[in-house]
Amino acid sequence: MEMPTPNPDVLRRKAVVLQRLLQVMPEDAVIHEPSETRAYECDALTAYKCPPMLAVLPATTQEVSDVLRICNEEGVPVVPRGSGTSLAGGALPTADCVILGVARMNDVLEVDYDNRFIRVQAGRTNLSVTGAVEEDDFFYAPDPSSQLACAIAGNIAMNSGGAHCLKYGVTTNNLLGVKMVLMDGSVIEIGGAYLDSGGLDLLGVVCGSEGQLGVVTEATLRILRKPEGARPVLMGFDDNEVAGQCVSDIIKSGILPVAIEFMDTLCIRACENFAHAGYPDCTALLIVEVEGSEAEMNDQLAKIIEIAKRHNPVELRESRSAEESAKIWLGRKSAFGAMGQLNDYMCLDGTIPVSSLPEVLRRIGEMSQDYGLPVGNVFHAGDGNMHPLILFDANKPGDLEKCEAFGADILKLCVDVGGCLTGEHGVGIEKRDLMSHQYAPTDLEAQMAIKDVFDPNWLLNPAKVFPLQASESRRIARIAAE
Amino acid sequence: MKPKTEAELAEMVAGLNEPMRIAGGGTRGVMAPDIAIETSGLTGIALYEPGALTLVAKAGTPVAEIEAVLDAEGQQLAFEPMDHRGLLGTSGTPTIGGVVAANVSGPRRVQAGACRDFLLGVRYVDGMGQIVKNGGRVMKNVTGYDLVKLMAGSWGTLGVLTEVSLKVLPKPEVSATLSVQVPDVTTGIAALSAALKSPFEVSGAAYDPDRGCALLRLEGFAQSVTYRLNQMKFVLSGFGEVTEQEQSGALWADLRDVAGFHSQNGDVWRISVKPTDAPEIVERIQADQTLLDWGGGLIWALVPVGTDLRAQLGAFEGHASIARAEPETIDKLGRFQPESAGISALTRGIRQQCDPRGVFNPGLMG
Repeated sequence: MEMPTPNPDVLRRKAVVLQRLLQVMPEDAVIHEPSETRAYECDALTAYKCPPMLAVLPATTQEVSDVLRICNEEGVPVVPRGSGTSLAGGALPTADCVILGVARMNDVLEVDYDNRFIRVQAGRTNLSVTGAVEEDDFFYAPDPSSQLACAIAGNIAMNSGGAHCLKYGVTTNNLLGVKMVLMDGSVIEIGGAYLDSGGLDLLGVVCGSEGQLGVVTEATLRILRKPEGARPVLMGFDDNEVAGQCVSDIIKSGILPVAIEFMDTLCIRACENFAHAGYPDCTALLIVEVEGSEAEMNDQLAKIIEIAKRHNPVELRESRSAEESAKIWLGRKSAFGAMGQLNDYMCLDGTIPVSSLPEVLRRIGEMSQDYGLPVGNVFHAGDGNMHPLILFDANKPGDLEKCEAFGADILKLCVDVGGCLTGEHGVGIEKRDLMSHQYAPTDLEAQMAIKDVFDPNWLLNPAKVFPLQASESRRIARIAAE
Repeated sequence: MKPKTEAELAEMVAGLNEPMRIAGGGTRGVMAPDIAIETSGLTGIALYEPGALTLVAKAGTPVAEIEAVLDAEGQQLAFEPMDHRGLLGTSGTPTIGGVVAANVSGPRRVQAGACRDFLLGVRYVDGMGQIVKNGGRVMKNVTGYDLVKLMAGSWGTLGVLTEVSLKVLPKPEVSATLSVQVPDVTTGIAALSAALKSPFEVSGAAYDPDRGCALLRLEGFAQSVTYRLNQMKFVLSGFGEVTEQEQSGALWADLRDVAGFHSQNGDVWRISVKPTDAPEIVERIQADQTLLDWGGGLIWALVPVGTDLRAQLGAFEGHASIARAEPETIDKLGRFQPESAGISALTRGIRQQCDPRGVFNPGLMG
């Protein structure tokens, strides 16, 4: 993975930059010793590491503003960081950058049930947003797998999803407003506790911009009343195509389950060995969850089971208790851990049209043979968001490179069947160089032109999202101007 | 100008030497400039997969055509786009491109989301005549910047839409409406909030001051709606007399299109606020007539011709835009809420990037 050469001029001025930051920040919030900056050398994409020049941990919007203004004046790149759980390398530093971590900003600022929103500082973790309203039976809907650790700031940067977004949407559908600091230090507010901000939808373009347009310090989020109950049904099939057809038929029937999860043989076996969830040994497993009152759930599940039966399932198990529900979900939720027991793995995140599912699974199987690397598939079937997990051995020379090439081929396949490179993890560095496969130069130019407006010097997280070659002239222009 | 293909449109735009109005069916009240680029030549549903809940259509495709095709499969545009013709006195055929460009969303906005939340992908021609695509046809997509959202509600000022992909949803089997008789707007909004705070999935929450009632819609499978109706009656019982309304479908179509204002003279404003702020705002503006939707978060206000409603509103959290007024009033006051200096600099910058010559709907968004 290529990263731009650190700017020697910036490295040379480290002491000056540090001095200026210490003037606006408490000493314990500025990290400069190489032994300590190493803690920020990577995010959850651990294959790539690089300690930053400095790291700062502001506690207020004013401090964020001061840091960005100084870095802008000094021409120092800034990489914003939530909790560092990005699977795409969104928070990967460069040697000449300042990491701006928002973890100290984690307060709840306002809870309003009558208007159904919560306002939080952006460093607050996803799960603790729900934690703040759960006693009153409310929740924040987007539920990425890392929700225990990941920050709202990162959720906004990557427009994170989760298992339940078939019904509730992803971050962008649940975000009402932000307070954000631009690279020049100016503070803006977009949207608020009302709907549809008026004017151009800047909130829409900020969400998912991977920390390249500004640093979000506060967020107004939509909260929802918890449903009366939720219950899954598990179904096994001996053919991927049939499982895919079953998903399509459920959706066509007019039922909108809150989640439809899919696992293939390799994942089913790994999860069963790991979590002993009682999964059947079959080709394809679906977990379909519905919500509502007891009677409503019964009604929906009866309809779903009737559809499933038409497809000759090898297993059909409706949960009859909270324990059984937990057991059904346990296997799925431990999928990544279970695969990790088998070997190192790389987790992909392409999305495909649901109708292409059988074809894509078949092609992935063929490629797996060609590359000689096993792959397990677990994904959000209702919305076509796949998570192929490629197993490899990090200690075996050449295996990582082979795995990367295999991953790139899978993602290109996703694009070729009408899907996209990433459904919920973001581009980061991981899929940066594949962007040209999905987008023509004019399409990328239109996106980069937006960054030109928010961050004319291309200092915020500059080496991400766009192929290095495509963004080079902009990044070079900044360095040349100094 | 009425191009028949995207390529033809791109060529026309590249050769433009004067500003143009961008028009779908011309029903949404954009009047200037006189000369227009019309997208009504770009029509047709390119793809519809009911099992994947996705539809892709050319921008000039009539909304009615799309709704008919969806209806045949028991599906719908869940954001319930309003038909502006009755309110604005316009004629013509509403197009899906126009719906997207104006981010038109109806009563279900409060539960299901706005048009922009259902928009999966766009193709458009920018102000230089370049064809740009963003997003795609799948529901989850975070590949690059979300220009899809940016295009929704940009009123043609950033580019001329040529194709849109939309997420569609199942049409509910049953729709039912409860009405609560309330003494005043404050009680009305409190009733709506109580309903929206319940777990019973309210898909419409309006307050009609003329009838003095709060209206709540419940949709879904018959058995579920029956259950939730009973629960909801209990939730609402403390606010006033609760009755079930006939003709739920027609009732919400009228609310969506603000039918009560159609034959009334005067300007029409649309104010988006925090729902619990609505009673005070309604008090402050002293409109001839109001209608509250989105749980109180959307106030439709009918005021005398030429009224500067923003002056009456003073400082408030939200935004007020003109839905219907004489061109002079719109010119004088601006159709949209003035933006803060910081936001205004960004939106100007974006418009400059997308349409450097300023040939698309100049002045419409500032």
